[in-house]
Amino acid sequence: MIRTQRLAAGVCALLAALTAGIAFPAGAVADETDQAAPKVELVLDVSGSMRTRDIDGGSRMAAAKQAFNEVLDATPEEVQLGIRTLGANYPGDDRKVGCKDTEQLYPVGPLNRTEAKTAVATLAPTGWTPIGPALQQAATDLDGGDGTRRIVLISDGEDTCQPLDPCEVAREIAAKGIGLTIDTLGLVPDAKTRDQLICIADATGGTYTSVQHKEELTDRVGELVDRAAEPVVTPVATEGATECAKAPALKAGLYTDREEFGQQRWYKVDLNPGQELRASVSVAADRAVNPDYGVLLRAVTVHGREIVRGEATGNGRTDVLSTGLRYPKPESDDDTVTAESVCLQVTNSFSAAAGVKTTPGLPLELTLDVVDGPSRASDVAAFGLGRGWWLLGALVLTGFVAGLLWGWLSRWRVAVWRTN
Amino acid sequence: MRITHVLSGALLALGLAAGPAAADSSPSPGATDDGAPTRAGTSFRTATEIDQEQQATASGSTGDYLYWSFAADAGQRPNIRATVKLPDAHGAQTWQLDVYDGLRRRQACQYGAQTRTAAEGAATVEAACVLRTVRAWSEPWANDPLPGTYYVRLTVVNAAPADLGLPVSAEVRVESKEIGGSAAVDGSLAQPLVPGISVASDSAADPGEDGSVKSAVLSSIEPDGGWSSGWWSDRWVWTAVGGALAALAGIGGYALTRGPGRPSRIPPGA
Repeated sequence: MIRTQRLAAGVCALLAALTAGIAFPAGAVADETDQAAPKVELVLDVSGSMRTRDIDGGSRMAAAKQAFNEVLDATPEEVQLGIRTLGANYPGDDRKVGCKDTEQLYPVGPLNRTEAKTAVATLAPTGWTPIGPALQQAATDLDGGDGTRRIVLISDGEDTCQPLDPCEVAREIAAKGIGLTIDTLGLVPDAKTRDQLICIADATGGTYTSVQHKEELTDRVGELVDRAAEPVVTPVATEGATECAKAPALKAGLYTDREEFGQQRWYKVDLNPGQELRASVSVAADRAVNPDYGVLLRAVTVHGREIVRGEATGNGRTDVLSTGLRYPKPESDDDTVTAESVCLQVTNSFSAAAGVKTTPGLPLELTLDVVDGPSRASDVAAFGLGRGWWLLGALVLTGFVAGLLWGWLSRWRVAVWRTN
Repeated sequence: MRITHVLSGALLALGLAAGPAAADSSPSPGATDDGAPTRAGTSFRTATEIDQEQQATASGSTGDYLYWSFAADAGQRPNIRATVKLPDAHGAQTWQLDVYDGLRRRQACQYGAQTRTAAEGAATVEAACVLRTVRAWSEPWANDPLPGTYYVRLTVVNAAPADLGLPVSAEVRVESKEIGGSAAVDGSLAQPLVPGISVASDSAADPGEDGSVKSAVLSSIEPDGGWSSGWWSDRWVWTAVGGALAALAGIGGYALTRGPGRPSRIPPGA
């Protein structure tokens, strides 16, 4: 009886665990309070063009407002949400004033839905489209904390405040290494707006969506906010050296760095005998790069001998190019053998057209693991065991021949014994 | 001929009886479609974890890089299929499915159209990739698929600029064929090729201070029933049966030299 109950309880627990595991496929415990609060800032374009009535019969502004209301209702508790507007206040023609027109409508922090909604309701399409300054400000708004950071930019027109290129602004924000992603949404965008928004998204590893209908806007913004709530591992910023001797010593973990075109990056890892080093590196193409590219990761001894390498090449459209390697260091009987410093060299063969900025470098992500080494294989097949009809045939034949020989031998021995 | 049949039948029965490892990879029937993920990640770090034989769906925009990850164990040959539902009006687009292992090394596909071009206005496009069989061990200089996490990246590689950003939805399903003993190699990894596994096990071993516990891990996926220990394969059955047959054949050969019954030379009653 007890046994049955136990079994039932076990099955229930298993089912519960399974459902939980599937409901939160990220696997990590989402309700852990020690996880730093994710921060999201919605940046909304409130420029004059938002008045245009071309989204499901209503104005762009109306669609945005409705989407915001629904998203504010569905925002997960742990997300700290803020709202920033651009072009909401200055209706005049003075470009200088118009290009500073960005305002934090609702500060990033624990969400009060009513207050946030009231603030959104007051918005009316007014001024210019200073995307660049708005992004700069938004990045400042999100400063502090260790959680994930995300800016969701909703715009219907390209930046009207050149020469500050919002795409450059985005790249600079990304280069700070604070793990900030900018997702962009274009409301009925024209080609120029689209290119600009794509450029902003690509520069920070974000996504770009073109919105033609109200529900699309609501769904997408909601999804992006939800995504921010998912716990992810935040990489640690590091800076690789130009040679092995000066390389920073790293432990197992996730690291981020920047690597310019044609630059080398060196890192160092200590590895004990009987341990295995696993390293993988991803170099992201955050700007327009030429369509043929490669990444090389080499594990080198301090004396410069190459141990193992991982290489990747590719062509065409891509977000990252990645490769990896493993290096199991054999067990040593000698107790005096100490940890070996393994140098990791990362090089890339990305290139870009003449006009493309080369600094800051391409984002580089390095994953390091040091685990127990594998058992050494002594044979091709598992435990040297055989398999297949040829094996059976060979064994049967051997057995048969052995039996015959044994039989003849014993007959001969009997005959010899008899004659004696 | 008959003995072949009987023998293969017996081997099959043995193999089936000894094949629970094969059944382990299928998810429990209670956790079907309703629990499947409906979102995809946008990078290796944020890849959505899916189980094998689970229909994962995601909505995104044309131009997004959609990432999923799944666990594959030794002896499995994963088959990844992706279907993308394209928007109503669009130009010709080329979609590509790439598979990476736990070290983010790109894995080759044996079969399947990894890259597919959808004609203008086509409703869906399908891509597929059948990986090589996952081996329990390989040399560090080899690029063989090893037990651990696998990443699936689905993206459009060629589309008209006007199509970028338009909504699409994608479905991904991973199924595995158990290859069995023919792929059983010697040796095994001490830990599967799961990114961040050393950090994850460190924090799991030290849950004392709640401030230091990392709740987010790079990859927490593992096959149903855990990673196989790698010692079992049907090679044991083949080898054992081979040994038994050899013994029988040996007895047969011996008996042949003795002839039937008592030697004829010996007079009866001697």
